Amino acid sequence: MKILKLIVKNSLRHKLRTILTIFGIAIAVFAFGLLRTVVTAWNAGVEASAANRLVTRQAVSFIFPLPLAYRDQIEKIPGVDVVTYANWFGGVYIDKNQFFARLAVDPETIFKVYPEFLISDDQYQTFLKERNSCIIGQATADAYKLKIGDIMNVEGDIYPGEWQFVVRGIYKPRDKSTDATQMLFHWDYLNERMKEWATGRDNEVGWYVVKIHDPSKTAQISDQIDALFKNSRAETKTESERAFQQGFVAASSAILTSINVISFVIIGIIMLVLGNTMIMSARERTREYAVFKTIGFSGKHMIGLILGESLFISALGGVLGLIVSFPMVQGISQAIPKGIFPVFELEPITLIFAVSSAILIGVAASIFPIMKALKTNIVDGLRFIG
Amino acid sequence: MKIPFKYTIKNFTSRKLTTFITIFGVALVVFVFTAVLMMAYGIQKTLKATGQPDNVIITRKAANGEISSLVDGETQDVIRTLQHIAVDKNGKQIISKEPVVVINLEKLNGGMSNVTVRGVSDVVFELRPQVKIIEGKMFNFGLRELIVGTGVTGKFKGAAIGDEVKFAGDNWKIVGVFDSEGSGFDSELWGDSQQLLNAFNRGNTISSMTLKLDNANNFDDFKKQFDFDRRLQQFEPKIEQKYFEEQSEFMAAFIRIVGLVITIIFSAGAIIGAAITMFAAVANRTVEVGTLRALGFKRRSILTVFLIESLVIAITGGLIGIFLASFLQFINISTLNFQSFSELAFSFSLSPSIIFWSLVFTIIMGIIGGFFPSVRAANLKIVDALRAV
Repeated sequence: MKILKLIVKNSLRHKLRTILTIFGIAIAVFAFGLLRTVVTAWNAGVEASAANRLVTRQAVSFIFPLPLAYRDQIEKIPGVDVVTYANWFGGVYIDKNQFFARLAVDPETIFKVYPEFLISDDQYQTFLKERNSCIIGQATADAYKLKIGDIMNVEGDIYPGEWQFVVRGIYKPRDKSTDATQMLFHWDYLNERMKEWATGRDNEVGWYVVKIHDPSKTAQISDQIDALFKNSRAETKTESERAFQQGFVAASSAILTSINVISFVIIGIIMLVLGNTMIMSARERTREYAVFKTIGFSGKHMIGLILGESLFISALGGVLGLIVSFPMVQGISQAIPKGIFPVFELEPITLIFAVSSAILIGVAASIFPIMKALKTNIVDGLRFIG
Repeated sequence: MKIPFKYTIKNFTSRKLTTFITIFGVALVVFVFTAVLMMAYGIQKTLKATGQPDNVIITRKAANGEISSLVDGETQDVIRTLQHIAVDKNGKQIISKEPVVVINLEKLNGGMSNVTVRGVSDVVFELRPQVKIIEGKMFNFGLRELIVGTGVTGKFKGAAIGDEVKFAGDNWKIVGVFDSEGSGFDSELWGDSQQLLNAFNRGNTISSMTLKLDNANNFDDFKKQFDFDRRLQQFEPKIEQKYFEEQSEFMAAFIRIVGLVITIIFSAGAIIGAAITMFAAVANRTVEVGTLRALGFKRRSILTVFLIESLVIAITGGLIGIFLASFLQFINISTLNFQSFSELAFSFSLSPSIIFWSLVFTIIMGIIGGFFPSVRAANLKIVDALRAV
């Protein structure tokens, strides 16, 4: 108990220095948390993927279409529950900086395959009836202040021309990781325009999403699907939704790697700041430690004193950093467009990482001063004049 | 009277470890700061080098990149009738009609990525004189052959001379390697425009049309023709250099914003580190400061000497950081460019202005970190300072 009191008293001896150090640690813990959040936001698509969904796309690249006729063939494979399909529509809504996914989908099946998009039944029924209607995610509805009955004008690029959609539904995300930014409209609407405008580009599907009954058969069913279309003009590549999403993440791995490196550099910097403070404190107290030793305190007490002070400061800094992180991350997620990072949240694992790194740093920063305090013998210590 | 600079240097030697740690902390922050700027600049430089100042690229107005742009045959014919298009010595217009697609290739170090395949017309070398075949030969027009950029050939499986790439139901033979002086084309595969159109069943619908102007100054006149022709309303001409520079905007801005926000947040950490060191330096030298004052040195001299000490620490750290970061120039990295949706190889790249800004950043850190401790030192009362233990 006495030693605890001593630790607190010691920490408060240089109030300014301690406060600065705590701020330093808090800032670093916050920066660390922010970076990890960017990384998790990047991986959000992977986290959101379901184990029972496969994605079938053109083998050469995602940008080439597949024939609509593949649908019936895929459906016949045993173990396949539902097959749905979608086309990336792209286009420009308002201006080129407004980015969120705009997809032409099969209205009958899309919500069966994506149960995490929650839509009320009456909205869904109106959507089914109206050809040029669309359903948008809650986040997009909020961002552009869209409500049911509003008209969205989109200028097409991949599918040229002026397009108009009527908002007939707003879906809510079921989980935190669900993307609530998408805009979904009737695939038939797209296809009819294509028939008139560009024959040869009708009845084409961007990709298929296959819901299977038993997730353990992923590999087997994937192979079966790809075997169906082997040596055709449009060969397919089927993989689990997770692997498909990971492909996207891996493509920007250079940036992710640098963010990861930077987050470790940050830990290094916290260590330096705290280490510096601890070294200074221990150095100033060389004489005191000698006195402690003279009156019979053992090495264990010395370790306790220095380590305790280091942990005390780092814990305070860590907690302060976390307290700052919550409103800051919230603010940043408001500031960046939803379309870029549909999910931007502090994950529990990030918090655990941040706190444990602060504690680890507390320990690491005290090693050097402890070693020095233990090594210095009483006579030299008493003679020390700073 | 000024206190000699030697005094500052001597002080460092008396607290080696603390000084060293502070310098190291500053060096780390400056290293990251510089690296972020170098990365963003590297991307920009690569894409800027991709275009020629007297080339014009025509794409659909609404398209974000070449792969989502479509230019149909009729429009191409209209464009061919426009004025200010350069001709070669045989009187042929220097126009390349380019279908651009993206295919998946497997990276040598694992994983798949998107690579751009561009169809080009036979005048391409006049259009883009920076492109040279450095190995093998040029592909034959009329055959399913490809040449690969230097950024692709060493990074992807099956992208060396003699290999065959399979897409669009056919095997395409790689017959040569080209270099485009570090531009974005290095990350592409090139083939015959007509062959690619046939293979992809695209009729005559290309992605973009690139042409050479008879004179770079005529761009405004050339552009005006687009405003007056109703058939060209949906299309937009841009200087090629500007077009590719804009393709880097999103990535460069993303890296800059994320990177700089982070560096600025934790530069606060380094400033605090410097401040702690300086406060300790002042506290330890209270008696000394009192003595100096008693000898007749002015408050201002005391302030200056501590500020200089802090600046020397910061600048030393900054120089170390920039020095270490300069080695990054030897590293080539590649990433997915969100705008073109394909792989772009580039390298970290240092410029004088980056060095300048890094140093400014360093000096600001040194001044902020050293200011308050120096003020405290300057404000010490002589009597109290001399009495301090």
